[in-house]
Amino acid sequence: MSFNRMGLRSANLSTPVFYSEAKIRFIRFYQQKMTLLQKTFPDKTQVFLDAAFKLTSLFFAFAVFSLLAGILITLVVGSIPSFKAFGWGFLTSSAWDPVNVNFGAVVPIFGTLVTSAIAMLIGVPVSFGIALFLTELSPNCLKRPLGIAIELLAGIPSIIYGMWGLFIFAPFLADHIQPWLIDYLGPMPFIGILFQGAPMGIGMLTAGIILGIMIIPFIASVTRDVFDVVPPQLKESAYAVGCTTWEVVWYVVLPYTKIGVVGGVMLGLGRALGETMAVTFVIGNAQNFSLSLLDPGNSIASALANEFNEAVGDVYSSALIELGLIMFVITFIVLAISKLMLMQLARREGDKS
Amino acid sequence: MLSIYKRRRFINALNLTISLLAMAFGLFWLGWILWTLLQLGFTSLSPDVFTKMTPPPGSNGGLLNALVGSLMMILAGVLLGAPVGVLAGIYLAEYGGNGWLATVTRFSNDILLSAPSIVIGLFVYEIYVATSHHFSGWAGAFALALIVIPVVVRTTENMLKLVPGSLREAAAALGAPQWKIIMMVTLRASKSGIVTGILLALSRISGETAPLLFTALNNSFWSLNMNAPMANLPVVIFQFAMSPYDDWHKLAWAGALIITFGVLGLNIIARFIFRNKSNLH
Repeated sequence: MSFNRMGLRSANLSTPVFYSEAKIRFIRFYQQKMTLLQKTFPDKTQVFLDAAFKLTSLFFAFAVFSLLAGILITLVVGSIPSFKAFGWGFLTSSAWDPVNVNFGAVVPIFGTLVTSAIAMLIGVPVSFGIALFLTELSPNCLKRPLGIAIELLAGIPSIIYGMWGLFIFAPFLADHIQPWLIDYLGPMPFIGILFQGAPMGIGMLTAGIILGIMIIPFIASVTRDVFDVVPPQLKESAYAVGCTTWEVVWYVVLPYTKIGVVGGVMLGLGRALGETMAVTFVIGNAQNFSLSLLDPGNSIASALANEFNEAVGDVYSSALIELGLIMFVITFIVLAISKLMLMQLARREGDKS
Repeated sequence: MLSIYKRRRFINALNLTISLLAMAFGLFWLGWILWTLLQLGFTSLSPDVFTKMTPPPGSNGGLLNALVGSLMMILAGVLLGAPVGVLAGIYLAEYGGNGWLATVTRFSNDILLSAPSIVIGLFVYEIYVATSHHFSGWAGAFALALIVIPVVVRTTENMLKLVPGSLREAAAALGAPQWKIIMMVTLRASKSGIVTGILLALSRISGETAPLLFTALNNSFWSLNMNAPMANLPVVIFQFAMSPYDDWHKLAWAGALIITFGVLGLNIIARFIFRNKSNLH
């Protein structure tokens, strides 16, 4: 005797022996309540509730979209005083003088780009190696724990990276790595100019390295995921004609997932451009323009973090908001490209299957 | 001929070793940072940290007000953000399909997911703090909620899409209206996934500093008033770590230890919940 949920109505006709009196009483009670509910809420109510529910969810979906638009509009409105004062010259001036109210964005933009570039130089190859390890090399029982360990790197709050960078990593660099860089790379032509100055520990190089560590989990997990979508037949055919693991990855997996990998790299770049606290701790916050990576500099995010609360006067805070707008627009473009590329990969996937 | 094989094998071995080293490189930093935290955090951890207020430099104190302030703002942030995120996620998964609003929302959500959090702080400052003329715990909670939303939207949508369509069809065939199908069938089926998303969002905002700098600011005193500037752990750590005082540094390390292990713990719990769920299916 099957007694499923829909059979409740006939409970009294075919009472199975294994149902206790109490349970049957409960079932009858429930049944009465349900009919009562249906009487009090006729079908019209359901139609209304349906529409209300749909509209509510639609409203919140629209809210997510308008949030992004709202951020952009607010930043644009906030930067109007600064734009009136400096015009487009803001983008090409390296002045940063709160006393005479003269501001330019070159130094922070330069710092942001340089630190992000260093971060990409470190983060991209390492992430690629990690993804390769996790998809092709790692024994199955280690895949999950190692994957989680790498993702935990993304879980560590950025302020912790900053503190660790300031107290542990920067002194370590200053004592062991930077003197060597200055002695051996400093005198070299062309790249020598990047390694001038005193080994202070804090500076753009340190900030870039820490950013590089921070973006590894983001790029690595996207790369691993796109590596996993490669059809096994493709890889197996390559192995069958005698390719080595590396050749399979380089000639089959990578070309197949190129767009996705670039998407992941862009995602990491977006993260690096906007990262605030870790950079604020170690970049040195100096408004000077220097090509040497060992010198302290400033990034957009760290300028905001350090100065926004102390900014006196409309133009000063507006100049900072304009910096924020510039950063937001750059990250927006980078992230949009990343998203489009990942979507393209997903669409191609969809076409094939 | 042999040399070609040798070369290929050599290149293969070399690159695979490099990939192994890359893995080790990643784990090395995780290990170093956690080791530093344990070493410096545990020596600074004492009962005082949980029972006393943040001190002026040179005197004894703890982080009680910052811990409580952080908890209140994080809780308020999640309570504000999670329902919005779940509802928007429901729209994307159940109603939106590939319509223009769903596409645009999905796109904006992905941008918000990786947008610099300091910009969120600026935004809330401009629309809330600047108009109400004071920093406040609510502003901080609001900023955190804006960070919760995209995380929850993304996980909710993904989890709802994992629910097989046949379940929805079965419910619809029994005459259930769509809102009931969503509330009683699909949401219930993907409950653990959605909880995972909320926990991940919780762990993400627990460590966020940048958006709180311009919104909640800081407060050296005991305060439960969400309408006033509010102490919170990340900003206190920032302030204490950047200061020249040794006893402040010690407190900052203790706070860093608490935050990191709280965040990583939440992360692991979230994954554990989700894995239990996926084992059932």
